[in-house]
Amino acid sequence: MSTTNIEEKQFLLRFKCDTKSHLTVLDHDVCMTQCPDKLCTVFCPAEVYKWEGKRMQVGYEGCHECGSCRIGCPYQNIKWEYPKGGHGIVFRLA
Amino acid sequence: MSEKFDVIVVGAGPAGTSCAYNCAKNGLKVLLIERGEYPGSKNVMGGVLYRKQMEDIIPEFWKEAPLERPVVEQRFWMMDKESVVQFGYKGLEWAAEPYNNFTVLRAQFDQWFAQKAVEQGALLINETVVTECIVENGKVIGVRTDRPDGEAYADVVVLADGVNSLLSKQLGFHREFRPDEVALTVMEVINLPKDKINDRFNLEGNHGTTIEIFGDSTKGNLGTAFLYTNKESLNIGVGTTLSSMIKAKLKPYELLDYLKKHPMVRPYLEGGESAEYLAHLIPEGGFNSVPRVAGNGVLVVGDAAQLVNAIHREGSNMAMASGQMAAEAIVEAKKDDDFSENSLNRYKEALFGSFIIKDLEKYKDAAHTFETYPQYFKEYLPMMNKAMSKFFTVDGTPKREKQKEIMRSVTAEKGTFKVMQDIYRAWKAVK
Repeated sequence: MSTTNIEEKQFLLRFKCDTKSHLTVLDHDVCMTQCPDKLCTVFCPAEVYKWEGKRMQVGYEGCHECGSCRIGCPYQNIKWEYPKGGHGIVFRLA
Repeated sequence: MSEKFDVIVVGAGPAGTSCAYNCAKNGLKVLLIERGEYPGSKNVMGGVLYRKQMEDIIPEFWKEAPLERPVVEQRFWMMDKESVVQFGYKGLEWAAEPYNNFTVLRAQFDQWFAQKAVEQGALLINETVVTECIVENGKVIGVRTDRPDGEAYADVVVLADGVNSLLSKQLGFHREFRPDEVALTVMEVINLPKDKINDRFNLEGNHGTTIEIFGDSTKGNLGTAFLYTNKESLNIGVGTTLSSMIKAKLKPYELLDYLKKHPMVRPYLEGGESAEYLAHLIPEGGFNSVPRVAGNGVLVVGDAAQLVNAIHREGSNMAMASGQMAAEAIVEAKKDDDFSENSLNRYKEALFGSFIIKDLEKYKDAAHTFETYPQYFKEYLPMMNKAMSKFFTVDGTPKREKQKEIMRSVTAEKGTFKVMQDIYRAWKAVK
């Protein structure tokens, strides 16, 4: 079957998760008070970011390490690092 | 690991591996550092590898490299909601040596290429993140990694750390990139039996097709989609500038699913099995976004230097060529034992004198033009579809009258002057 939603797509992937997040929302108040659209929750290709009413939930375990959130956050409110060597996403094909 | 090398290359993608290969081949002591589990495990590409720049490094590589299919046909689709205007070229000269380009799966290809660098004598260390360059007296003298006691020193550090190049940003070679300088692209690999692929794409044996899709594939936003044939799978993907994605509030995976369900695309994928989903940024800022590429003891190559020609889907070939140019500059610098910026600027001169910067310069205004004036993708592509439909539908109207009607419908909607202006602007951007 060909996938029809993001959950199915993410399910195809292999991750070697670190215990520590390589993504950090610096100030959750900025998301709450200055960013009505919560843009990262829209354009992140892995649905890593989920707004939980008061704070941004960061599901770093499913991150593709593309860098869009670092560049696309209108408030430069995301600290973006690489996961520890050998960790994070492991692409097997393309 | 605090050993001294001639060259440390950060990142074992096409640019870094090319540089490491060529340095090692010339007898230099090379350390190649990769953050993934293996080379290719962090890399994503739609899938077209051009023969020329790879062959310049490894002659007749196609006899042993893990390739998918030689591409014999390149199609371009101008797609609307329920129609498509197509053109393309198929030529059997591309089916024989020396070939033009191949589809590849990068996780396999990058491992093979890195292994070739190892065979030349480069030392490859995987699963290691370079956290910063070690700078002393204004000169890069080594790298610090996330391994315990993980420092290594070299005469030259080559930054091949990809589109996000945190290292060249740390060195102040460029500011943070803007959302309109990168394209967010998502793709899927979809398994399909070989005979199905050959039937659907009208192919024989191992021949391959690439289709670039404009228009409704991105819902009219600045970007493209692609559909490429592998041996027993298809790569389908779509991307737009991150700024367009943000402005249109698009979810990239929903755009991909929209494309997969599109009536012009769906029949090709029917019955396929998704095998992998991948997201990546493509540096598409072009000529104006190329950062500083040489400093004291340091060079920047490949995506890290924004070397991508988005209009011609060229990137990995430019990465390889830039890696090779960097290696040549380093070999010369070694002869003089001078690794200053002045000496390493040989690389910059080679790069700016080559097809890479010349092509980026040619298209330097293209992305900006098409982003500022969205009518090309949003209005002209649908108009083109309607015109073709009208022209080819036989309804008893004389052809000359049809032509007039088509021209009238275009100019009536926008005004003759506006249309002329748009044509001139587009021509200027790509001339």
